[in-house]
Amino acid sequence: MSNETLSIILFCVFVAATLAITVWASRNTKTATDFYAGGRSFTGAQNGLAIGGDYMSAASFLGIAGLIALYGYDGFLYSIGFLVAWLVALLLVAELLRNSGRFTMADVLAFRMSPRPVRTAAGVSTIVVSIFYLLAQMVGAGALVSLLFGFTSDFAKGATIALVGVLMIVYVVFGGMKGTTWVQIVKAVLLMTGATLITLLVLGHSGFNLSSLMNDAADQSGKGGAFLEPGLRYATEDSGLSGKLDLISLGLALVLGTAGLPHILIRFYTVPTARDARKSVLWGIGIIGVFYLLTLVLGFGAAALVGSKEIAAANPAGNTAAPQLAERIGEIVFGEAGGTILLAVIAAVAFATILAVVAGLTLASSSSFSHDLYAHVFRKGKATERDEVRVARISAFVIGAVAIVLGIYAQRLNVAFLVALAFAVAASGNLPAILYSLFWKRFNTTGAVAAIYGGLGSAIFLVAFSPVVSGDDKALFTDTDFSWFPLSNPGIISIPFGFLCGFVGTLLSKEFNAAKYAEIEVRSLTGAGAEAATKD
Amino acid sequence: MSVDKNATGTVYERFQGGAEFQELRRRFRRFVFPMTAAFLSWYLLYVVLSGWARDFMGTELFGSINIALVFGLLQFVSTFAIAYWYARHAERRLDPVADELRAEIEAERAPAVEIAKDAT
Repeated sequence: MSNETLSIILFCVFVAATLAITVWASRNTKTATDFYAGGRSFTGAQNGLAIGGDYMSAASFLGIAGLIALYGYDGFLYSIGFLVAWLVALLLVAELLRNSGRFTMADVLAFRMSPRPVRTAAGVSTIVVSIFYLLAQMVGAGALVSLLFGFTSDFAKGATIALVGVLMIVYVVFGGMKGTTWVQIVKAVLLMTGATLITLLVLGHSGFNLSSLMNDAADQSGKGGAFLEPGLRYATEDSGLSGKLDLISLGLALVLGTAGLPHILIRFYTVPTARDARKSVLWGIGIIGVFYLLTLVLGFGAAALVGSKEIAAANPAGNTAAPQLAERIGEIVFGEAGGTILLAVIAAVAFATILAVVAGLTLASSSSFSHDLYAHVFRKGKATERDEVRVARISAFVIGAVAIVLGIYAQRLNVAFLVALAFAVAASGNLPAILYSLFWKRFNTTGAVAAIYGGLGSAIFLVAFSPVVSGDDKALFTDTDFSWFPLSNPGIISIPFGFLCGFVGTLLSKEFNAAKYAEIEVRSLTGAGAEAATKD
Repeated sequence: MSVDKNATGTVYERFQGGAEFQELRRRFRRFVFPMTAAFLSWYLLYVVLSGWARDFMGTELFGSINIALVFGLLQFVSTFAIAYWYARHAERRLDPVADELRAEIEAERAPAVEIAKDAT
């Protein structure tokens, strides 16, 4: 049996299992709290796994292992930002958000503000961030199938994107938050098991000596000692000052973006209390931290055992480094059949990874559309719970369909920058609004609206005129050049700008509601009045 | 109880002004603000050194393990340590006060809760 056949069988088993979960979840999804927040009945450990499943995207698994395999140390730099970011979520956001909100990020922002403008801004930002991220994942899925199975035709890629899109629509429309969470839990367990297995095999092969593994990786890379030091990918010697500033800019967006990503924020609503939200982040930090340590071994292992040249030949971005390593180490340890089996397992895990993440993104954007824009802006808070859930399901369907069409259209474009842009927008627009709402007494509607639109607008504006969109041979548009902003990452400007907009906007208005401020402050810290888990 | 029941304003406003709540707020902010400043500076130091201090980061400590790798791994260690430290602080210093206040507030609001639920 070929690895492709085996991989497809394993993937079908995963799909069958997750669809069974979805059927079960749909029977237990009746109220808005069930659909948006899984009945708030998940334990801290379950939600921690789901956080890992929601966060460890294909970009993390395949992308970072590939970056390390091709550029050595610099790939590791990326994963450190992704991990440290969770401390912002743990210390400043998770528990307070759980205590004061219900379903979406906007619940907290709109708490003591004029609801319509704030929910409109937060809804727009949520949908923009989620669609950017979603699009990058969908195009990644199309690329993955051609890399792993050799299906290079546009039709095969398009069909894969459509399949991923249809499955994510089914998970979200029928399973809601319960179904999506279980898909993410299953994926997290599979991903951690697969990554641990390959890591142990690679370490065993090198006699559990990390130093000698790194030495082999440096030798094989042809770059010698430089492979183990920063500077091959980010802030390279010939990129000068702008390269170094770009590195800082990326670092800021990574560390501050996570706690402003809507699909991450809504995970904190799925547990009964703030204490469980804290526990889930602690579990999440443990799982995500261990995972990034595993990718370090996977990346250097791929460089040492497969070789950077062979990896770059298969895919210039190195996205197949982890599957290639799985095949090689399987051959070394178990013979040819072992290589085939491990490659098939890792390929199936990679698809499961993409599915769990895109389902989380679709749920976040459809929840925000229904709860923020439909129920509170269009219907001015007069929509019934049934209406809201119905609209959430319809919007999940529509957003999924739009993502499929855009994904198929964008498959020939280089859209990898969209993930970094999603983090930049989350850090520049959402995070200032959330932190000010929770910690700054004087903060008001004008400030919230200014922070979100200012951060969102400046991040997108700067990226539009950056080398990732035009004026570079790896840009989105290669045949034209309208770039003047030298950095690929806007964070170093747009994050302070977002905070400044929130600050200045606040000072421009005298609005202040003492009773509402007292309520959000006391509730966020004590949990009084927070919604409990629904019983079922 | 340190909250004056005869004061004006909502239940939340009265509790917000109370000594117990102010103590909870102080304990929370005194931990999370300095800690956030510390881990963000520590992380930015790492990123800045990766950009500007290549020779230092490339110094080999033992075998092919250099300062850059150790510094990176220390970011993992500090993240795990701060997470653990915060969890312990919250369990010992925040949760008991928060639980007590929550019970008091909900007892006072109990008759009003059902009405409020219908209104939302």
